[in-house]
Amino acid sequence: MINNQSVLVIEAGRAERHYWRDLWRYRELLFFLAWRDILVRYKQTVIGMAWSLGRPLLTMLVFTLVFSKLAQLPSGGVPYPILVFVALLPWQFFSSSLSSAGDSLISNAGMISKVYFPRLVIPVSAVIVNFVDFLIAGVVLIGLMVWYGFAPSLRIFAIPLFIFMTFIAALGAGLWIAALNVKYRDFRIIVPFVVQFGLYISPIGFSSTIVPEQWRLIYSLNPMVGVIDGFRWAILGGDTQLYWPGFLLSIFLVLVMLVTGIAHFRKTEKTFADVI
Amino acid sequence: MPSVIAVENLSKKYIIAHQKQMGPTTLRDTLSNSAKRFAETLLHPFVGAPKNDPAHEEFWALKDISFDIQQGDRVGIIGSNGAGKSTLLKILSRITEPSSGQIRIHGRVSSLLEVGTGFHPELSGRENVYLNGAILGMSKTEINKKFDEIIAFAEVEKFLDTPVKRYSSGMYVRLAFAVAAHLEPEILIVDEVLAVGDAQFQKKCLGKMDDVGKEGRTILFVSHNLAAMKTLCNTGILLDKGQVTFNGGVEGAVDEYLGTDKLHKNEIHWDNIADAPGNENIRLLSISVKPKKGTVLNIDSGVLIEIQFYNTIINANLDTTIHLLTIEGVPVFASGTPLSRNHDSKEGYYTATVEIPPHLLNSGIYKVTQIFGRDQCEVLYKIGDVVSFEIQDTVIRGINMPRIPGVIRPMLNWSTDYLEKKS
Repeated sequence: MINNQSVLVIEAGRAERHYWRDLWRYRELLFFLAWRDILVRYKQTVIGMAWSLGRPLLTMLVFTLVFSKLAQLPSGGVPYPILVFVALLPWQFFSSSLSSAGDSLISNAGMISKVYFPRLVIPVSAVIVNFVDFLIAGVVLIGLMVWYGFAPSLRIFAIPLFIFMTFIAALGAGLWIAALNVKYRDFRIIVPFVVQFGLYISPIGFSSTIVPEQWRLIYSLNPMVGVIDGFRWAILGGDTQLYWPGFLLSIFLVLVMLVTGIAHFRKTEKTFADVI
Repeated sequence: MPSVIAVENLSKKYIIAHQKQMGPTTLRDTLSNSAKRFAETLLHPFVGAPKNDPAHEEFWALKDISFDIQQGDRVGIIGSNGAGKSTLLKILSRITEPSSGQIRIHGRVSSLLEVGTGFHPELSGRENVYLNGAILGMSKTEINKKFDEIIAFAEVEKFLDTPVKRYSSGMYVRLAFAVAAHLEPEILIVDEVLAVGDAQFQKKCLGKMDDVGKEGRTILFVSHNLAAMKTLCNTGILLDKGQVTFNGGVEGAVDEYLGTDKLHKNEIHWDNIADAPGNENIRLLSISVKPKKGTVLNIDSGVLIEIQFYNTIINANLDTTIHLLTIEGVPVFASGTPLSRNHDSKEGYYTATVEIPPHLLNSGIYKVTQIFGRDQCEVLYKIGDVVSFEIQDTVIRGINMPRIPGVIRPMLNWSTDYLEKKS
């Protein structure tokens, strides 16, 4: 019954030898948690899943009204609602992942202090829940495109790449906030603030082409600029151009955020149960 | 035979933060201090608390403990509150990391530090079984295979699709325990989860754990229920202030624990009201246990318990209650009396005396919990294990008889009759 392969050694500061294998073993938990959050989210609501559609639609309407009708910003020949909605999709995925992954460890504190499992499961499942919302909202985009008779170009096949990039950005930032939030609840206050700001400083209600050329690179320090531009490039097609230096900078930042996010999370993970 | 769990020089340190007491601080001080500290932690996140900081005190929850557990052992871990039992279990189940030392574990560990971890009130019983199973480390196929057994054990067949927030607390606990009971680990770690559910269900849980033990699996069990521990475990580890003070047979561990228990005192009083236990409503001043007749507490002496306290609530209906428990923690009875009936309590000293008649309690050690209440429903102040006393066996015809079983030992009226001889 005792086999030597399954010796588990617990020691101070010892990195888990089989961390990634463990994470794989707990993949079912990952999906159960995501499934739980999706099931629970719209319990006792009247219109249920429709909320996933309503929020981006309403934001799109307001932005179109303000930026196109009132501020008279250029759309580059694309119906303004589509211009806005294409950007809203990744932004909403990113921002809601940031807030829910950030809060995820604290809202599952009971589990963390009573059961062992790789803690990464929790923020990752929070991001997955928002990914499902993202996919649902994607259906609305298709509807909008049909409504306006707008046909995408072949570039649309690059879209999975940009979706993946959004996912990485959301996860990287989410992991940072989640781990920091355990010790410093200040982030519970900071995050909604950042999310609110981000909605206006990211190129959502407008095209990033209206940013003066000499500021474009600095503007791309916001990784969501690259992500949103990528979405527009792939979906809107036509004469939409990618600003490559900025886009590469965004990709680089997104990757740095993910790698450091995982490293920081794993470093602090072991103290979660003591601190939370 | 190699041990399944080998613990070597294990220690766990916590840093307790105290607030500095240096006169009133302004909000600005607080903000700038925390900003400074926050910036420091961001720059050096892994340095930890600064040394020699009077605001931070080290606390060793476990200090340098070592022991081995063999395959198939059922180990009871005993100790008073704060002895480090839960910390030990948390380290063994990898929830928190030790500060130093090493543990080697052979085999799959499942720990049950709480029943129903991760249960979501909005989800149905069925959904929660899957969720909770996944949290405890079961795969979906494993849960599918055991699903019917789990439901039958929990006796909730009819409510499978009802959200658990509509369950009675008994049903909730039964379902939660049922999932955990169907784990099949090689090593099972259980923390005080049997303190839930009704007596019948507790018995069922103990039976289930007994089965697990009989299958040759290793169990680590923490409980204050010493009676359950004695039946369930074969070895015991006694912890005191983070150190192992006894490691051997379970009987020995329990005896050692009861022997070292300093609460074995018949009388306690506080001279200074401000230091006395209580709150702004009521302060307990003294409580004493005496024999009603004679000088020794025994089966036929009867027991007088006298409680003195100071009350500051006026014009209320106050009451006082005692709970009597055996040393193993089994409740014997609760009894109380109103102090005032017409909303006319006064500020000042009160005494209350209760008499336990002779020939009610069996021999053994009993603990008293004192409760003060209002309107016979609201608890104003409760203090557990405030005094304890031992009832001696009466000596019958000069012979020390073995203890008669039972929590109580009443003298009952019997009638017997001779009828007739078989014809």
